[in-house]
Amino acid sequence: MSDSPMAPPRSFLWSRRIFLTLLTGFVLVPVYVMVSSSLKPLADVTGTFRWLPSGLTLRPYVDIWSTVPLATYFVNSLIVAGAATICSVMIAVFAAYAVSRYDFRGKRVFTVTVLSTQMFPGILFLLPLFLIYVNIGNATGIALFGSRGGLILTYLTFSLPFSIWMLIGYFDSVPRELDEAALVDGCGPLGALLRIVVPAAIPGIVAVAVYAFMTAWGEVLFASVMTDDTTRTLAVGLQGYSTLNDVYWNQIMAASLVVSVPVVAGFLLLQRYLVAGLTAGAVK
Amino acid sequence: MTTTAFKEPVRETSPAATREPRRRTGRIRRTSLPYLLLLPALLLELLVHLVPMVIGIVMSFKELTQFYIRDWGSAPWSGLGNYKVSVDFDAPVGEALLHSFFVTVGFTLLSVGLCWLIGTAAAVFMQDTFRGRGLLRALFLVPYALPVYAAVITWVFMFQHDNGLVNHVLHDQLHLTGKPSFWLIGDNSFYALLTVSVWKGWPFAFLIVTAGLQNIPRELYEAAALDGAGTWQQIRRITLPSLRPVNQVLVLVLFLWTFNDFNTPYVLFGKAAPEAADLVSVHIYQASFVTWNFGTGSAMSVLLLLFLLVVTGGYLLLTSRGRRAFDV
Repeated sequence: MSDSPMAPPRSFLWSRRIFLTLLTGFVLVPVYVMVSSSLKPLADVTGTFRWLPSGLTLRPYVDIWSTVPLATYFVNSLIVAGAATICSVMIAVFAAYAVSRYDFRGKRVFTVTVLSTQMFPGILFLLPLFLIYVNIGNATGIALFGSRGGLILTYLTFSLPFSIWMLIGYFDSVPRELDEAALVDGCGPLGALLRIVVPAAIPGIVAVAVYAFMTAWGEVLFASVMTDDTTRTLAVGLQGYSTLNDVYWNQIMAASLVVSVPVVAGFLLLQRYLVAGLTAGAVK
Repeated sequence: MTTTAFKEPVRETSPAATREPRRRTGRIRRTSLPYLLLLPALLLELLVHLVPMVIGIVMSFKELTQFYIRDWGSAPWSGLGNYKVSVDFDAPVGEALLHSFFVTVGFTLLSVGLCWLIGTAAAVFMQDTFRGRGLLRALFLVPYALPVYAAVITWVFMFQHDNGLVNHVLHDQLHLTGKPSFWLIGDNSFYALLTVSVWKGWPFAFLIVTAGLQNIPRELYEAAALDGAGTWQQIRRITLPSLRPVNQVLVLVLFLWTFNDFNTPYVLFGKAAPEAADLVSVHIYQASFVTWNFGTGSAMSVLLLLFLLVVTGGYLLLTSRGRRAFDV
């Protein structure tokens, strides 16, 4: 629209200005509260709210690590979300390649089933899954309940349906002639996938990885039931600050900021891939 | 996006080119290959989603209280007992579930509507390039990128009665309320939940619509402009109709996510949600884990799933037919 012969009318420009200004305010206020409160002394966050801190302090950022074992939670979240992302992306790439490039019996059933799992209320399979993990543990000695492994397994399936769906669309947009050429050259189907299709679909794969990581990093329900003291993730651990007698809001805000920075930074760096990936895949 | 694919050079012939004699095994492998590729995804979906769902359905027919939790197989069958309790709207359990259901439906419709409206408006307004657009786009995605608990905890702080920002602005600065209000308990909690949900949810609609807009051919706008259509008319005649297929999926996904959302109300209110904001997912969680009555909790979950199945099926049928009629 930008190089259309007619410039947009004033009414459009003004509506845009007003709407985007209000929206920016709505988006920014909580972010501002988070950042500014994390730098306030305790007195500022226990009394009436102040827009401006009476003095700036980095104390909350020092104290958060000793009030609750935040470092342990951080490492747990990093391991769980990282492993879930890597596994989820690999599995989704294989599955999406099969659906995109082959005709086989049950293809439609597979895609519909996988997608419909998105509809399940998490609460429906929370308890059964809990029982399955406990029973697998009792029968085989593989500790899934209370371990990071069980959480990794659970989280990677959360992002799998959306990842497969998006990558199918993305792989479809990679011309078939390219992998046919690779097959003629003797690559084999897996070679064609890894050498031709995957490199061409990097934006889509990055987008899927970002999505998978965010899903795992932010999940609360299963984390609150399936972890114990040593495997607790940030999603549950962060609530530790508010169960204390005094609510250290400045520390809570500092901790929230610290746990947000990795995902928000990663997301903003890679968001152009996400938009490109969605454009080519999901919303085609 | 196909251009990036073409830039990728086709690699040199690999040494594995001499496979001609094994053509037959190759064919067998080729027919089983898609299944092999799907196997990991299939196994995991079975383990984590489908098998638990079946077990959940079985559990809904059992009288599964804390006495049987160690050995749930030995819990006595109760037939439709759990379902009867759940839908007996004159008794407290059923009445509470029905109330929670209506709250959830109202909340979901409002939240999805607002998320869609704000997301679409922002995406359409930002279709043209202008100074600062990239920065603004990144900023708008921050609520979506923030981990749910970090974002919601910040809102909890803002909604505090004594030291929160919301009361400070509404009461101390604008004098709109006679005395500071409670936001996380009582009737106001519904609006608090809605605000947080929209704040977190609209960037997803923005993201999807932004991506959808990039697939609208530029020629359409150029042709419309030549025909004398102004900016507003182009939005109404070209942009919005072209977004129909995107919206069909987007609204459904937003609906399912919002309806099933557990994280936001759980972090906002803790284990006991106020009645006015008693979303069904938290309600069932409470019915199961607080009262330790897993049979009834499972029956409620199954009813919820049935409802979502019917709504999704009806929605897809309706929108697809509508779209077909539209195309003709």
